[in-house]
Amino acid sequence: MSALMPTHSMPADDMDDSPLDRGRWAVADCWTMVGQEFAHLVRQPSTFAWQLGFPIVTVLLFVYVFGSAMDVSGQGAGAGYVDFAMPGMFAMTMAFGFMNTAFPVALAKEKGFIDRLRSMPMASSAVVTGRGVADLLHATVDLTILVVIALVLGWRSGGSLAATVSAFLLLLWLRLALIFVGIWIGLGVKNTEAAGNLFALAFPFGMVSSVFTPPDLMPGWLGAIAAWNPVSSTATAIRDLFESPSVASGFWIEDHALAGAVIWPAIITAIFLPLAVRRFQRLSR
Amino acid sequence: MAESGTAILADGLSKRYGSTWALDGLELAVPYGIVYGLLGPNGAGKTTAVRILTTLTRLDKGRALVAGFDVARQPRQVRRHIGLTGQHMSIDELLSARQNLEMFGKLFHIGRRAARRRADELLEQFGLADVATKAPKTFSGGMKRRLDLAASMIRAPKVLFLDEPTTGLDPAGRREVWQAIVDLAAQGTTVMLTTHYLDEADRLCSRIGVIDHGRNVVEDTPEGLKRRIGNERLEAVAADPADLPALAELLTKVGRGTGEAIVNNAALTVTVAVADGVLALTDAATELRARGIAIADLGLRRPTLDEAFLQLTSAQEAKEATA
Repeated sequence: MSALMPTHSMPADDMDDSPLDRGRWAVADCWTMVGQEFAHLVRQPSTFAWQLGFPIVTVLLFVYVFGSAMDVSGQGAGAGYVDFAMPGMFAMTMAFGFMNTAFPVALAKEKGFIDRLRSMPMASSAVVTGRGVADLLHATVDLTILVVIALVLGWRSGGSLAATVSAFLLLLWLRLALIFVGIWIGLGVKNTEAAGNLFALAFPFGMVSSVFTPPDLMPGWLGAIAAWNPVSSTATAIRDLFESPSVASGFWIEDHALAGAVIWPAIITAIFLPLAVRRFQRLSR
Repeated sequence: MAESGTAILADGLSKRYGSTWALDGLELAVPYGIVYGLLGPNGAGKTTAVRILTTLTRLDKGRALVAGFDVARQPRQVRRHIGLTGQHMSIDELLSARQNLEMFGKLFHIGRRAARRRADELLEQFGLADVATKAPKTFSGGMKRRLDLAASMIRAPKVLFLDEPTTGLDPAGRREVWQAIVDLAAQGTTVMLTTHYLDEADRLCSRIGVIDHGRNVVEDTPEGLKRRIGNERLEAVAADPADLPALAELLTKVGRGTGEAIVNNAALTVTVAVADGVLALTDAATELRARGIAIADLGLRRPTLDEAFLQLTSAQEAKEATA
């Protein structure tokens, strides 16, 4: 036993109370939390595989099992389904991403990890911002892997480089909005088991949309719900940007998908960012 | 290393959840350099007290100073001077032990290089140097808790809070963690720990505050507390309810002036406090045989913590009633 008092390694940081210093620490602490997330992926890369397993298996099912029966382009069953389904898979992966936020947040809360961080002199905002930045970077890596798979399956973007990049920015914009939903849910659920059950909620949210099937092929009422699903706006908007073939839509929102893909996430953020912040602050009640 | 002044000062600490007061006017004055035990049954308010003192939970009434700073108004200063190990293993199970300590070092704002050096010092100090690169998910409970303790010691806090540090550990793990706490105390760290194990408080603490229903019941040294609770008791279980009066008379006699034996008609037991347990036990056995009273059981009982609380809290309530 030695070195209880590490005088040599104690900086005089009692000076770090100015707003500028606090801002710097907020960024530094956020970055440390992001580093923690990426250390996880390096130490346990199977996490990536598990999280991407579902969208990949689903898209293979749809492309090779159901897709051959679907006429999404008006050119006969199965024609152009890969070009239709791949953007759908990108959007669905972003949509289900909120569980990848909610689960670790619920785990950190359940394990007392968030409490430990809150009892430390770090910027407490970093607990949330670190999660958000890490998840966005994580989503970028996810998309990169999915694009490679899509390219192998024969998908190509028909749009310009600018349009293609915009499409991926729209996907991350949706993911960003859902980070706040994920944090709100993660801080609110009783335990990780409850967080795991979210899949029951996520599944219809992801599926009742234009992700794998045009809403026009669904019964009217369901089609309307699917068309107005925020995930549909993003999926349809990026299809347009990739210039994928699609059937004419009878829904107003489908004809304004680009606006929807911008506005929906903004609305979700406007609602759930304050809710998530409020829930975080309420941890001290 | 002990500083002058008070490490923890709480005045009328109160916290309400819904309509119940989890803390109801708790008073604490803990000097530097001691291990202070907050002892109480589940739901007594121990964890709530620690959460307020470590700035995790807002108080509703009262005032608390930790390391000289007000927990409500100067939480950032308080956080610089405390360490906290909670009831859970609040470490990252996927990162290695060293990565954990380096991460916490950075978040404690001691700088990247100092964080690395401090991690090595702490791994050595807490006997984890051999498993520095392993993930805590492969550790025993005792090792995990020691890593958790190490993470709380990064800045050599003025006050270390341990909320039920050995809950959920096997006996070997408990002993490991006890030793780590004893070592920290020997080096002058001020520790406040909560526990519902009387033996744990007895072993580690130099002062013990018993609380119940969010209020102070009694505060004393472990020796003083044991004197208040009373020593061993002799308990006899009657084979026939008709023998209870005779048993009571007999046990009062072998108790040698410690007080009247207490009869529990429902359980068929008769109990008496005794000064010398073995002497009383042999006396009672001899007397019983001489008188020909049949019994179902006879034995020495140490007061359980539940009984101790009942005794201490009922004494407290009686005192409040007469006040």
